[in-house]
Amino acid sequence: MIPVVSAQNLGLTFSTNDGDVVALSDVNLTIEKGDFVSFIGPSGCGKTTFLRTIADLEQPTSGTLRINGQTPEDARKNRAYGYVFQAPALYPWRTIEKNIALPLEIMGHSPQQQAERIKRTMDLVNLSGFEKKYPWQLSGGMQQRASIARALAFDADLLLMDEPFGALDEIVRDHLNSELLKLWDRTQKTICFVTHSIPEAVYLSTKIVVMSPRPGRVTDIIESNLPKERPLDIRETPEFLAIAARVRDGLRAGHSYEEVV
Amino acid sequence: MMKSGLSLLQSVLALLGGLTALCGLVGAAISADADILLTVAVGLGALTLVRFVFRPISFWLDGLAAVLIAVALVLALPRGSAMPGHYWFAMVSAWAFAWLFVDQLSGEIRKGTVPRKTMGLLIPAVFGISLLVMWEIVTRGANVPPVLLPAPSAIGAQLENSRGILWADFVQTFVKSVIPGYIIGCLAGLIVAIAVDRSPFLKAGLLPIGNFMSALPIIGIAPIMVMWFGFDWQSKAAVVVAMTFFPMLVNTVAGLNAASTIERDLMRTYAANYWQTLVKLRLPAAGPFIFNALKINSTLALIGAIVAEFFGTPVVGMGFRISTGVGRLAIDLVWAEIAVAAVAGSAFYGVIALIERGVTFWHPSVRGGRA
Ligand SMILES: Nc1ncnc2c1ncn2[C@@H]1O[C@H](COP(=O)(O)OP(=O)(O)O)[C@@H](O)[C@H]1O
Ligand SMILES: [Mg+2]
Repeated sequence: MIPVVSAQNLGLTFSTNDGDVVALSDVNLTIEKGDFVSFIGPSGCGKTTFLRTIADLEQPTSGTLRINGQTPEDARKNRAYGYVFQAPALYPWRTIEKNIALPLEIMGHSPQQQAERIKRTMDLVNLSGFEKKYPWQLSGGMQQRASIARALAFDADLLLMDEPFGALDEIVRDHLNSELLKLWDRTQKTICFVTHSIPEAVYLSTKIVVMSPRPGRVTDIIESNLPKERPLDIRETPEFLAIAARVRDGLRAGHSYEEVV
Repeated sequence: MMKSGLSLLQSVLALLGGLTALCGLVGAAISADADILLTVAVGLGALTLVRFVFRPISFWLDGLAAVLIAVALVLALPRGSAMPGHYWFAMVSAWAFAWLFVDQLSGEIRKGTVPRKTMGLLIPAVFGISLLVMWEIVTRGANVPPVLLPAPSAIGAQLENSRGILWADFVQTFVKSVIPGYIIGCLAGLIVAIAVDRSPFLKAGLLPIGNFMSALPIIGIAPIMVMWFGFDWQSKAAVVVAMTFFPMLVNTVAGLNAASTIERDLMRTYAANYWQTLVKLRLPAAGPFIFNALKINSTLALIGAIVAEFFGTPVVGMGFRISTGVGRLAIDLVWAEIAVAAVAGSAFYGVIALIERGVTFWHPSVRGGRA
């Protein structure tokens, strides 16, 4: 089967006024259909850049990258993925439901289809009742949930999420994590998920990619053998803690102890 | 000061108003033929001094004193001769009471004891009326020659008498020149801005020329436009087009870059095409810039059309009337035209500003929130 994402010797160097910044170097990674992959590593190690490269928002400077066997550009044009940015990026002149309708309008869905999908995704992220509100009338957490609903609305098979829950409190985060797992289980989507949190990464993932900064490279890829069914209290089991310890070791090896977030 | 419950400024104004009213009262008492109404009015003004010895009085009484003294004074103004010296005290008194009233009213609005919606309008109204009253009193009281500055009442009478002429001039200048010129100029600026934004070649070539042209005194082209388009409104509309085009071009080009990187990236992830991105993201984001140009242009257009008429026109139009009126010393009519132009210009601007509030309601500057 063709992997969803396949990167070989992938490198990306930004040339800036202060000289070159190596954001990715020699990244080799294969993501199969149905994988839930977390990217973890200290700030500035290239997690966002890698996700943006998959999304064809940045161009690699070396190596090859294929999405569903296609170039990133073709994959983007085929609407292969939904992207959740670190900031909600909702358009302030549109209501929440109109923001969620935005990709549907662009992709030419009928009004009935739009209404049905808006309702479904808003239920999914627990935002029902806020359809007619404007983004600036909602809290930051609600805005981020709306942006997740917007990425889910058009049902792409690949979901790219850049620290989507970074700004949320622990309780909402736990809830959205288990919702995300259910969604992933039900829809067979492939998810790439950037996070700063070790428990979050271990709880969600089938595969954890540990990255280290300067130059951004992958130091460890950990396959998780946790069962697909994951109640929240799985986080106290020895299997869970063993994987968490391995992630922590990977982060420590990648960089000096203090700088690990 | 403690007894009256006023701030320092308010105390000074209250003292000034009361004392000048008292002087006005004394002046009336020693003059032979005192105006009764004015005497009563300044008497009431002088009476407000009790606030310093007895108890604070309502600020509405200050307002009443201002209105009474002003009305009495305007009614008592002599025709064709300078007014008696003690009338000047009454004028200063009315002015001090009006200021005192507005100052206290805005304080009350801030405290929330009077409703902001209705009473907020009272402040600019008092301000405008005070200005008119002072103008009336100074021009008539000091016997200023009407050629220099006619009194508002004379201008008002002229407005009434020359309704037909003023209306014809308004139609010629505003309806025929300003409106079509404004619409064509703004639309052309908007469309060319989109073209410039799309083509790097045009951006490099046209935009510097645009900036250069907008620095030129466009009004200088008015005689040329008359040669090209004739004496009638077409040449004036052409001047208005030229004046409104560049502000719209420059503002829209800036506005089209107002959308943030992340907002554009989002469109890219949807593989949105150029027009979808333009209509659903970049034009709405440019809204505040476009409305800024629309507001600037609403004033520029009127100025352009009026001044363009100085360079030749059929015998109708606001600019024509102003330039010939000055020559014929028909200064009242000139001022009446200026009044019509001021009202029309303000209304034009106001309508655009109202539409702006409706369209860019989401912008932090309109909804008064954080970005
Ligand atoms: N557009 C850019 N231009 C120049 N340097 C960039 C750009 N984007 C990211 N970088 C640099 O690339 C490195 C990786 O950044 P990023 O992928 O955002 O890291 P992370 O998401 O892991 O915190 C950082 O050193 C950052 O400064
Ligand atoms: Mg990042």
